[in-house]
Amino acid sequence: MYKILRKKVLNSNTTLMVVDAPHVARKCRPGQFIILRVDAEGERIPLTIADYDRKTGEITIIFQAAGASTQQLSELPEGGVIHDFVGPLGQPSELEGLKKVAVVGGGLGCAIAYPQAKALYEMGAEVDLIAGFRSQDLLILEDEMRAASTRLHVVTDDGSNGRKALVTQVLKELIDAGNSYDAVIAIGPMIMMKFVCETTRPYGIKTIVSMNATMVDGTGMCGCCRLTVGGETKFACVDGPDFDGHLIDFDESMRRSAMYKAQERAAMAHHECNLHKMEVK
Amino acid sequence: MANMRADKVAMPEQAPDVRNQNFEEVALGYTPEMAMEEAARCLNCKNRPCVQGCPVAVQIPDFIALVAEGKFAEAADKIKETSALPAVCGRVCPQESQCEKYCVRGVKGEPVAIGRLERFAADWARTHAGNTPVKIEKNGRRCAVVGAGPAGLTCAGDLARMGYEVTVFEVLHTAGGVLMYGIPEFRLPKAIVQSEIDALKDMGVTFVLNFVVGRSETIDDLFADGYGAVFVGSGAGLPTFMHVPGENYNGVYSANEYLTRVNLMKAYQEESHTPIMRAKRVAVVGGGNVAMDAARCAKRMGAEEVYIVYRRGEAELPARLEEIHHAKEEGVIFKFLTAPVEVLGDPDTYLVKGMICQQMELGEPDASGRRRPVPVEGSEFTLDLDAVIVAIGTSPNPLIRSTTPGLDTNRRGCIVADEATGITSKDGVFAGGDAVTGAATVILAMGAGKRAAAAMDEYIRNKN
Repeated sequence: MYKILRKKVLNSNTTLMVVDAPHVARKCRPGQFIILRVDAEGERIPLTIADYDRKTGEITIIFQAAGASTQQLSELPEGGVIHDFVGPLGQPSELEGLKKVAVVGGGLGCAIAYPQAKALYEMGAEVDLIAGFRSQDLLILEDEMRAASTRLHVVTDDGSNGRKALVTQVLKELIDAGNSYDAVIAIGPMIMMKFVCETTRPYGIKTIVSMNATMVDGTGMCGCCRLTVGGETKFACVDGPDFDGHLIDFDESMRRSAMYKAQERAAMAHHECNLHKMEVK
Repeated sequence: MANMRADKVAMPEQAPDVRNQNFEEVALGYTPEMAMEEAARCLNCKNRPCVQGCPVAVQIPDFIALVAEGKFAEAADKIKETSALPAVCGRVCPQESQCEKYCVRGVKGEPVAIGRLERFAADWARTHAGNTPVKIEKNGRRCAVVGAGPAGLTCAGDLARMGYEVTVFEVLHTAGGVLMYGIPEFRLPKAIVQSEIDALKDMGVTFVLNFVVGRSETIDDLFADGYGAVFVGSGAGLPTFMHVPGENYNGVYSANEYLTRVNLMKAYQEESHTPIMRAKRVAVVGGGNVAMDAARCAKRMGAEEVYIVYRRGEAELPARLEEIHHAKEEGVIFKFLTAPVEVLGDPDTYLVKGMICQQMELGEPDASGRRRPVPVEGSEFTLDLDAVIVAIGTSPNPLIRSTTPGLDTNRRGCIVADEATGITSKDGVFAGGDAVTGAATVILAMGAGKRAAAAMDEYIRNKN
């Protein structure tokens, strides 16, 4: 059992939790993930580590209620417990030696882009952090991101906060304005990561993406998270989650990640329906 | 006077067309009368060939003699002297290639049903006598076991009996390894595995679940934490894929993924949240026990047609005879001398539509001594499918080897360890089971765990 020390609602469907997990906090590094189960019958949910504190043994996770299991997680109270919490899993991000970096986050991806930016910024790198959201009410971690970057560029799809633009537009402008980046790190929906890679490809800028594939065990056992990188099959859980974005077959990965969407939606509807029944009672 | 009937006493089973709709155990086990009748078939040979066929040297004629006398609890205790998991082994050991292979009664007729009798004795003891508490004198020394599968559980049990404080570290949320995530409920009920694990807990073994050795802590950290010796039984969990075109279409599963979703994550239960495809036409590629398990699960998950696609012939199937027999009875269709060439998928939905296969013929023997399958030119045909389950083997997880300096592995990624002792290239680290051999059987892993426990004891005593 792992205690939820603090809980904060970031927007209508995004929640931050700080969990007591010293066995994870002791050695984890940016880019790695954990897997949790809400209760003894729960699904295994992989979540990238958003922040950690080695001294207090705390791990921060940020997630969206996208299916029945994450919805159930979001309903756990501060002081409540998570049944299982394992990690750190996956390879840490390779950030050493990067002097100037553009970090691109999309929506919930900002929760993972933020620790990457923070780690780089603390290592003395110059960081342009481009954060994209659908609209103002979905904006998360603005102050944190500002504190963890040299320059923060917020854009929204509808212009309700910052510029009305796509992250790729901002990135292209920054590159065209003469910023020469050692690397671009992109974390967000696959479609966004794909287009960030297409944006940087003509410039030959190394682009690292974090692949949030569907997983079961997260330890290399099931192969559900497999993807094609440079023509080879890789497992996001043990070979990644970070990969060279220019080598990824995004179209395949996007279709693979859509496999259980219908079942997830049905489970979510079922869960909400049950909640409604409980309220009626 | 021995019972000279040529055949084994049959074990009652659920009818094939009933059981392929449910996840209840297929084989129902002997009644006491049946067990005593079968036990009377044992000739109690002086030279005990059956014992030599057992990787953990269960004193087979002795326990069978006790069953014949109706002393069932004593029979179970006799087995437990050398085997940590009798109820499990009685169900999943390939007896036909081990103990029963050497049984003298097998020369004319069927061998004594050693596996069924082992299962009977273990089940009787569990349900009637409970697990007898073992008296243990603690020696105040600590050992760590990495991985709670058959090798680790056996090693932990033996070390605990010798008086060590044993901690078992397991990355999944449940102990048991392949006994929990892989082998289905209908072949090995999880309550039985849990009872064996509880027996270890009663002996003082500590289980730390959700712990990634190699990441949460390395093996060197474990020594720093005060463990005197470490056993690595991390198994062979990494699935092998076929590397044919179309393998990443939605609906192509590794057997590990399919079985983990069904068994460990309980997708077979109505109320489970675990998503899984309810495929109607399924091909399982491979011919081992894992392939049989996957095929029989698919049938139970509602598939109308389930194929086993195997590139060699029936005689070469590596699965236990009983599994093959059960799969056939349940309506699984075997496509022998057939190899997959390409998985076909719908370009829009990305879902599996079928698989192009090729007929094979057997050529000269290969490195494994089995005749090598060779493709027959122009023999391609297509199976219409909506799921493909790949069960062609697994290899060891790289996590331990990549985080443990000084631990030698071979080209296949297996830890190099002495067969008799489990001693590795790293001082104080012992290894056994699939992590050393590559994918093999439960009982071989148990044998390795047992030998390693003895060697760890010797190592620690020599050191102090």
